[in-house]
Amino acid sequence: MIESPGVTVTRTGEQGAFGGELLTVNFGPHHPSTHGVLRLIVDLDGEQIKRVQPVIGYLHTGIEKQMEALRWQQGVVVTDRHDYLSPPINNLAYALAVEKLMGVEVPPRAQVLRVIMSELTRLSSHLVWMGTSGLELGAMSMLMYCFREREQIMDLNEEISGFRMHTSYIRPGGVFADSTPRFLEMLDKFVREMPGHIDEYEDLLTMNPIWRARTIGIGRLPAEDAKVLGATGPMLRGSGVAWDLRKSMPYSGYEDYDFEVAVSNDCDCYGRYLVRIKEMREAVKILRQALDRLPDGPVNVDDRKMLPPPREELETSMEAVIHHFKLFTEGYTVPAGDAYVAVESGRGENGCYIVSDGTHKPRRVKFRSASFVNLQALERMALNHMVADMIAIIGTADTVLGDVDR
Amino acid sequence: MGVEELVASLGDNVLTTTLGKVIGWGRGNSVWPAQFGLACCAIEMIAVATARLDIGRFGSEAMRASPRQADLMIVSGRVSQKMAPILRTVYDQMPEPKWVISMGACASTGGVFNNYALLQGVDKIVPVDVYIPGCPPRPEDLLNALMILQERIKARGIVTQS
Repeated sequence: MIESPGVTVTRTGEQGAFGGELLTVNFGPHHPSTHGVLRLIVDLDGEQIKRVQPVIGYLHTGIEKQMEALRWQQGVVVTDRHDYLSPPINNLAYALAVEKLMGVEVPPRAQVLRVIMSELTRLSSHLVWMGTSGLELGAMSMLMYCFREREQIMDLNEEISGFRMHTSYIRPGGVFADSTPRFLEMLDKFVREMPGHIDEYEDLLTMNPIWRARTIGIGRLPAEDAKVLGATGPMLRGSGVAWDLRKSMPYSGYEDYDFEVAVSNDCDCYGRYLVRIKEMREAVKILRQALDRLPDGPVNVDDRKMLPPPREELETSMEAVIHHFKLFTEGYTVPAGDAYVAVESGRGENGCYIVSDGTHKPRRVKFRSASFVNLQALERMALNHMVADMIAIIGTADTVLGDVDR
Repeated sequence: MGVEELVASLGDNVLTTTLGKVIGWGRGNSVWPAQFGLACCAIEMIAVATARLDIGRFGSEAMRASPRQADLMIVSGRVSQKMAPILRTVYDQMPEPKWVISMGACASTGGVFNNYALLQGVDKIVPVDVYIPGCPPRPEDLLNALMILQERIKARGIVTQS
């Protein structure tokens, strides 16, 4: 039974180990360090955490239900908005699932552009994580440094898609538009500069005594527990399990890139920090390879039933006008059936399960969001820690509440 | 110094104004927002506080974790039915005078999410002063909204309630 918000501290009546009584403390949903609107009901023995009960749903948006009312190509816009720190990766999961049902393979140039956008997003997601986590543990300048580079990624997003955050760039059948020469120039400059910036972050945090004191040994999650709780992403790799969907179940041509899976055997907040730093370095490596091998060619499948014809064709071809009209009034249909595709987001396994009944709208769309599952591990990580460490532990889980509640 | 000389020197040393203008000037240039992030727009709200855009230029860099210290609530993102009473509680906890910026399409109208889960516009539960379109709006849009709000605050002076 969960009391309504407003009651901040209540006595439980249970006797604690230190002679006092256990207290139930309400934490959130409006709290500066819960990364959104997470609410936790924490039972404390003195300052020790004895129970943690996450209360979710404060950002429930009905995204899955909303998608049933939208046509297949419109659904992309909504996928952007559930895990709002990695929109192109959400797009990718949805696009791959739709393509799997339709039996469509996107051209090589689109594949590489998808990888570029995914890795840029992974970087920007980790940058937001590092900035806010640093801020919460007292390293205020981290936020400034991390957002400096994030702004560059936003500029790249804007250059290629016209929008800063919710790009809707990756779509079933390809990508929104081809990259511009300016985008490739900007990306090249970014890839050259980024390793130096990551060194800068490491200078500020890796050997920082306060950062180490607040993270080493805090939020321990042994490998067996991480697996049992279904944790994925840096949460799992920080516990020494080398499971990365880009390596173990490659998609979008990730098998052709040379990169390492970041693993740390520390099993604590510091280990997960090291994993994310390493992942950022690997992301830059992948970006460099993608930039070097970007092939020429189309960026969309050549299917007039699925994607609109080029603008110039509309003036000369009646057929193109009909296709255009049909596509934007009715949409395309997807063969009946279901498909599940999982991709590796900055937070872990970001899966999309779609069911089609053969019409132009989905029957059901379900997201397997990494944040939601990783949140389960919160109690295991926080048990017997001090209440102040809760901040570090919430930070290390890197939950996006939009992704948890959807 | 004779009286005439004193009066003559006043022109260089004394400004005359009204109390309302002084109060409006003070209030307008020190609008402290509550640190109240909800969804995607909250990330752009953080971006406004960082080096490139630097909301500190407008005197609003002090994001207060406690609503008791805040003048401005930036409703940054979608408000679910479950969150609505809490948002109202936070608003009620803010001391007068207080202002609200509704940031983004979701907060202003529900945006693309016309469904059971979301409040179709935060103005159903709190009075909104400035609406920002966009999903999410650019950080510059938030600065623009803040400047519009500042002008209004300065124009109103002592009177805060419309």
